[in-house]
Amino acid sequence: MTDSDYKIIVGLEIHVQLATRTKMFCGCELAFAEDPNSRVCPTCLGLPGALPVMNAQAVEFAILTATALNCKIAEFTKWDRKSYYYPDLPKNYQISQYDLPIGSNGFIEIPLSDGQTKKIRILRVHLEEDAGKNVHTSGNFSQVDLNRAGTPLLEIVTEPDMNSAEEVRALAIELQRIVRFLGVSQADMQKGHMRFEPNVNLHIERGGSTSKTPITEVKNLNSFKALEKSVAFEAVRQFDEFLDTGICLQSGNKKTFGWDDVKEVTVLQREKEEAHDYRYFPDPDLVPVVVNEEWLERIKTKLCELPLKMQSRFISEYGLSDYDAGVLTTDKEMAKYFDDTVKTGADAKRVCNLITQTGIKIANEKGCGVAQLGIEPTRLAALAKITDDGKISATAAVTVFEKMLESKDSPDKIAQQLDLLQRSDEGELEKIVDEVITANAQAVEDVKSGGKKSKKAHGFLMGQVMQKSKGKANPQIVAKILGSKLGS
Amino acid sequence: MSQEILNLTCKQLRDSIAKGDVKSSDAVSAVFERIEKYDTRIGAFLSTFKTEALTQAGKVDEKIAKGQSVGALAGVPIAVKDNMCTTFGPTSCASKILENFHSPYNATVIEKLLAADAVIIGKTNLDEFAMGSSTENSGLKKTVNPWDKDRVPGGSSGGSAAAVAAQMCFAAMGSDTGGSIRQPASFCGVAGLKPTYGRVSRYGLVAYGSSLDQIGPLTKNIEDCALMLNVIAGHDEKDSTSVDETTAFLCDFLSGANKEVKDLKIAVVPQLFEGADEQVIQSIKDAIEVYKKLGAQIIEIQMPHFEYAIAAYYLIATAEASSNLARYDGVHYGHRTKNAGDYIEVYTKSRAEAFGTEVKRRIMLGTYALSSGYYDAYYLKALKVRNLIRGDFTAAFEKTDCIIMPTSPTTAFKIGEKTADPLQMYLADVYTIAANLAGIPAISIPCGFDKNNLPIGLQIIAPAFGEKKLLQIARMFESQTDFHKKNPQL
Ligand SMILES: [Zn+2]
Repeated sequence: MTDSDYKIIVGLEIHVQLATRTKMFCGCELAFAEDPNSRVCPTCLGLPGALPVMNAQAVEFAILTATALNCKIAEFTKWDRKSYYYPDLPKNYQISQYDLPIGSNGFIEIPLSDGQTKKIRILRVHLEEDAGKNVHTSGNFSQVDLNRAGTPLLEIVTEPDMNSAEEVRALAIELQRIVRFLGVSQADMQKGHMRFEPNVNLHIERGGSTSKTPITEVKNLNSFKALEKSVAFEAVRQFDEFLDTGICLQSGNKKTFGWDDVKEVTVLQREKEEAHDYRYFPDPDLVPVVVNEEWLERIKTKLCELPLKMQSRFISEYGLSDYDAGVLTTDKEMAKYFDDTVKTGADAKRVCNLITQTGIKIANEKGCGVAQLGIEPTRLAALAKITDDGKISATAAVTVFEKMLESKDSPDKIAQQLDLLQRSDEGELEKIVDEVITANAQAVEDVKSGGKKSKKAHGFLMGQVMQKSKGKANPQIVAKILGSKLGS
Repeated sequence: MSQEILNLTCKQLRDSIAKGDVKSSDAVSAVFERIEKYDTRIGAFLSTFKTEALTQAGKVDEKIAKGQSVGALAGVPIAVKDNMCTTFGPTSCASKILENFHSPYNATVIEKLLAADAVIIGKTNLDEFAMGSSTENSGLKKTVNPWDKDRVPGGSSGGSAAAVAAQMCFAAMGSDTGGSIRQPASFCGVAGLKPTYGRVSRYGLVAYGSSLDQIGPLTKNIEDCALMLNVIAGHDEKDSTSVDETTAFLCDFLSGANKEVKDLKIAVVPQLFEGADEQVIQSIKDAIEVYKKLGAQIIEIQMPHFEYAIAAYYLIATAEASSNLARYDGVHYGHRTKNAGDYIEVYTKSRAEAFGTEVKRRIMLGTYALSSGYYDAYYLKALKVRNLIRGDFTAAFEKTDCIIMPTSPTTAFKIGEKTADPLQMYLADVYTIAANLAGIPAISIPCGFDKNNLPIGLQIIAPAFGEKKLLQIARMFESQTDFHKKNPQL
């Protein structure tokens, strides 16, 4: 069988941890890898009598994200209790949003490998609090760490609009870019800031009719790789299972799988979807949220150009390749730094190369972003310009870039100090060319004769000139002089 | 000397202490003398803090001796219901599941009492998690009515009401979800105020029915209610449902408390007199006569949805309770079973072992009301009824300043009389529940005694945030009568 026999249908549930200063309903600061139960208070411990107080920053982050995802923003929303018993859930209910999510009916545009984009519909965006963590140590008991309990999570649910593992991955990466651009999440995968749960099934064409396989949900994926591979794996597994059993989608036959990162296979967790009754009801400890026009407008001022839009602008306006524009827009600060530099009049491709080939490497070594290296856009533009003008070579530009981190001198001056300026004085270079021509009669003959040897001989003569000038001759000018002398 | 002190009201005691006429430490000693002598029989307290209270009293006395300014409750011995979190002593909610629980923080109300230089002498008994109308549901202790030790003190704030009536404290804090301050106040012959929902912070009050729970005082007279309310009222940023000052202007409830309300209109609801004891009805009618003599105009109104209040209440309160009490699971704190085979059994056995029958009944009722498929028919419908009852009150308050009715259909009943029939017990709240559903203030004040010399309570209900006027109206009756001055023979 081949791919064309079935269509993969995937919807995605994504949890994004918001980068608020404090937790969703208490004043505890967000924690990562601190001592267990060190970032807790009566409220997030669920102690008797403690009450939640809504974190307005989290709501603003949620509204901002939902707006960027083209959602309709609820004018009136509320908090609901979702009841279930689990040791990492201190109150045995989670404060979430049930029937009035903060955002609904939006879409996200994702880039496809062919350079096109695709709209994936967003069903809903809502806020909720995270649970703690059960720590399974040795012995026949577990411990509970509640540092994470109460951390604000944004749950984003898409419609089943993705039709390949690659599209699922593209959506995840695009969403990561968006939340980072908006500054609402660090979206650090290593720290579990984004968790994915794809719902997968297949539409199989056979004998003129379509069969749908039972939906499977893969729980708690926290890397792009695991997400993409698990979807691809599920597609194959479901197809094989369908050929074996012929079982089709029915209500109640949804299965839940986990992902084995080592064996790279999905593992069945629950055979039948349990009839979970979460007994949702409005949390009487919290008041409803009214999103008025004024507040909404204030939040919307924090909207910015989104990465995909910026990426296509870099392509259309600056003539960058899709790849280069994609690299530059992985990070908002870097993208803006690039944009600002180009806007001072520098050549876009040159600036792009300086940033992506030199800047990122140095920034990674220093553990900061390119924009934080301390080289202002105007100075980077100046470096791009002298490189472009042939005043220095591309190799020398790297050296100047590095020196600019410590020196406030202009790139021009730094190039001078380091004796990196290329010789462009035609009179001077002509003298050298003449010397080389005199000393290499055979090569000159080869060039003039044309044919096979001509190109190689030309290169040889160029090399001789560069050597005599100790590498500082401007190669374009040398080529011009050589050309006019040898008529090549 | 000791009895003289005990006969003072909060206000009188505070002023005497502030003037240096009475020492707070003497007041505390007097109260503990009384507790040591009588509480083995009354059973009002679950815990007492004699040493700490004397230390605190000493500090207040020292401040006064040095001429420093002191708070509104300086040196006054106060008791608090044991469902308010304190960093001292246990916070048990009279439940085995929290029997040894110690809170790491103080409820906002406790902080406010301490800031007013009150001396907290102990924590009082209640129906487990405030679920009940007789304090017989306490998982830890039996409390009896100081007027008749074979009878219940009412509930759920039975310990607080008994402690005030028996002069074992000068005032007590209670909580009222469906009548839990007013009904025991009525049974024990003291004043009990349930403020407007949102007037007093619930932070640190162990939740029963979050949308109904409200903290309030039980006191010897109206002036003390006003004094206590002054101390505990106000917006708290830790409680989102506490109302901020832009909505509910915070006034001084004490100043002008003795002022008479001009052109006072009082409404009665004739339909509600059916079903109450004859002697109770007679006392209310007598009270109406008192008001008439004071120049009040009495009008009759209808409350068409009042009769559905109990049904709506027992769905809303239990639904919220089933969720609020989910956290007592044996995992994080409180009682944990010794017989768990796995983590599910930690839940099931811990809860089965430590919750009492009534708590279990209400958790099951509430769980059912919220279950998928039943939510609309029960919980949602109850919310609609709640709105209709609110509407009844809104309509009524367009015509009247307040509504009066009995606090309870009966006087204190015999211990064990209603425990076998939960429905009969629920009916004890028939007059008090509506004010909780509507979120409006209501007070119970002594208005007579039945043939067994048991106190009868008059309930006055006012519009939201109308406490000041409510207290003035209550005070008008009090000024004409002596019921509040009577004390039980212990
Ligand atoms: Zn916290």
